Amino acid sequence: MSENKKYRSKSGRERLTRTIIYIFLTLLCVIWLIPFVYLIFQAFRGESTSMVTYIIPKQWTFDNFIFLFTKTNFGHWYLNTFIIALFNAVLQTVIVLCVAYALSRMRFKGRKFLMNLMLVLGMFPGFLSMIATYFILKLFGLTSENAVPGLILVYAASSGMGYYIAKGFFDTIPKSLDEAARIDGASRARVFFRIIMPMAKPIIIYTIMMAFIAPWGDFMYASLITFGHEEAYNVAVGLYKWLDKEHISNYFTIFCAGGLLVSIPITALFMSLQKYYVEGVTGGAVKG
Amino acid sequence: MSKLSELDYLGLPPGKRKLYDIGQFFVRLPGNLLNFLKKIPLGIWKGICAIGKFFAGIGHIFADGDWKTKASFLIMGFGQLFRHQIGRGIIFLAMEGLFVWFMIAMGGGYLYGLKDLGTEATVFSPPNEYGLSVVIYKDNSLKILLYGVLTIFIIIGFLWTWYTNIKQNYTAQKLIQKGVRPKAFKDDIKSLADEQYYKTLLAVPLLGITVFTIIPIFFMILIAFTNYDYSHLPPDKLFGWVGWDNFQTVLATDASGNDKFAYTFREILIWTLIWALVATFSNYFLGMFVAICINRKGIKFKKVFRTILVMTIAIPQFVSLLLVSKMFSDDGIVNSVLMNWGWISEKIKFWTTQDMARIMVLVVNLWVGIPYLMLIATGVLMNIPADLYESAKIDGASGFRQFTKITLPYMLFVTGPYLLTSFTANINNFNVIYLLTAGAPKTMAYEGGAGGTDLLITWLYTLTITNNDYKIAAVIGILVFVVVAVISLIVYNVSPAMKNEEDFQ
Repeated sequence: MSENKKYRSKSGRERLTRTIIYIFLTLLCVIWLIPFVYLIFQAFRGESTSMVTYIIPKQWTFDNFIFLFTKTNFGHWYLNTFIIALFNAVLQTVIVLCVAYALSRMRFKGRKFLMNLMLVLGMFPGFLSMIATYFILKLFGLTSENAVPGLILVYAASSGMGYYIAKGFFDTIPKSLDEAARIDGASRARVFFRIIMPMAKPIIIYTIMMAFIAPWGDFMYASLITFGHEEAYNVAVGLYKWLDKEHISNYFTIFCAGGLLVSIPITALFMSLQKYYVEGVTGGAVKG
Repeated sequence: MSKLSELDYLGLPPGKRKLYDIGQFFVRLPGNLLNFLKKIPLGIWKGICAIGKFFAGIGHIFADGDWKTKASFLIMGFGQLFRHQIGRGIIFLAMEGLFVWFMIAMGGGYLYGLKDLGTEATVFSPPNEYGLSVVIYKDNSLKILLYGVLTIFIIIGFLWTWYTNIKQNYTAQKLIQKGVRPKAFKDDIKSLADEQYYKTLLAVPLLGITVFTIIPIFFMILIAFTNYDYSHLPPDKLFGWVGWDNFQTVLATDASGNDKFAYTFREILIWTLIWALVATFSNYFLGMFVAICINRKGIKFKKVFRTILVMTIAIPQFVSLLLVSKMFSDDGIVNSVLMNWGWISEKIKFWTTQDMARIMVLVVNLWVGIPYLMLIATGVLMNIPADLYESAKIDGASGFRQFTKITLPYMLFVTGPYLLTSFTANINNFNVIYLLTAGAPKTMAYEGGAGGTDLLITWLYTLTITNNDYKIAAVIGILVFVVVAVISLIVYNVSPAMKNEEDFQ
């Protein structure tokens, strides 16, 4: 009898814990979702373009979106960012895979030095080198109105230093596979394309995804390189300005509409490839 | 934790053995730290020895080389041309020719320009016949410095080529002495897809890193030793070398006895470190807590909770953070709603007082970081051997004890490297601070446009973009590097998980 009672009290406590956890997690999700719900409501708000004191709009409309594409340079910014993201996804993935394969599978003189060098370079604040990069790009005429190719070059050029996660993945592929192929007379290049690449699908997708998403959020580099030429802005730089003191009363809902248009495709892409993201992130963090 | 003998250790079940390893790591931590400090002078000595050996090697090649090798010291590719390595020889010779031409035509002048970065400032011409004066552009210090730096890197590249050249000569000479025919040019090309495939793979990435990372960093380090700022902006004005003056301004007092910059730097450095520490660990522990909650046995809708949290990672930060910053502004929605509900009678100033703003950025950063940490923690939690918990339960350990004795040490041990990268990433966390507050609230106590929530990196941004104070920005960038490097070096050397790269394979 007493045994039974003890068992029941334990399950009662368990139920209480679970209830608390459910409440906690639900609350958490609500807090995490508030900004997005707010963003959506504001993007479709018809009355007044400034901030208002209530959440749910009184009038629903598409005017903000129409305004974005007819009265502002948003279309340009969107296209710029899309082009940059596309090129970056290709170039960065190729570069990262090359570096990761070389450092993971091959042993050569200077390999350790190279890895340490990239580690040390990574410790400099990225923005520090930006000022000089700006002048180098200017020498080639790749700033302001030509900022799109300039930004592609900047993002892709230094991407070799972000090889860690891909290398960590390659490290887990057994070396005996390479060795067997090499005994059969396959060259290193052949091993890379025929054996490693097909097995690296998750990490390739992860790299492409991250390289595609990153340019959408970059404010720091883009604001410097596109300086003074509005049509060359990316979405982050373009939208940022609308929330300063002079513009916010006329552009707040426009900003929200623009933000929504940027967020939807990125989020959709991200959620559809979520599996690869989780693999990349956990693998990378655990192995360093 | 007492040390076990090897036999006892091997007798442990695998899960316990792992736990024992982890315990031993924490026991050995102080000793490791001490060892690391001892290693520093040794490392420096090793470095000096390596440089000495390098030059001794060159001397040896010269002494031991035949006349063809010796001639290659002056005329690159000479030896190769006479040893049936025509392809290589021509390339080396062409490179030397190109280099000599460049140095005579341009490089020499650029290098000479580095001496004082231009002597003649831009002037207005005397009024012409219409009484108008025209701007006559003379020396541009910035271009002189940039071209000078590029020349230095070309010289370094050439020296490296030269060294490769004499080394190859020597190898070929030895091979011929042994009666082996050195590799033909065709084989060289072929090996670029095989034994030397790494060269093919790394050529473009390394070129990119050199041009867009190494050269710019070198350039900015030099800027820290000049007076390049708003009152010396090329092309109108010249700037020149000032030695260590800027470091003095930031670290102590400047030439006129003003220590406001030094004060600002100290205050911001302290806040940056506090921010990085609190942001990293608050995210880490709360993220872990959320992960444990979601993964708890018997909790349903795991996927729903996880998906909602993960979704927030995807949304570009400039949208979500800018919006959040406006939501908490003085006339933002949070204040409005709380007032409508009658919960508060006057507006809460989230961003305008320093302490409140600092707390707010830390709190909002939780919103940014928890989903990410939740993912990582989930991955690690799944990997903890289940038998550890089983045996703990049999021993009657409570849930809390299981957490502090098994989960936490395991997490810390496995994610040690991640904690370090996350700490250094937070030191340079531009997005969260800049998009939320842009460094505000600004205060008169600070110099150089800095504000209460500014980190060193956002201050660096303000100094460059708004104030054009490049010289101070460069000094601050270097100091950020020093801080990050020192912290990383120590952590790398005391934690075992970083080393033994091959263990993973």
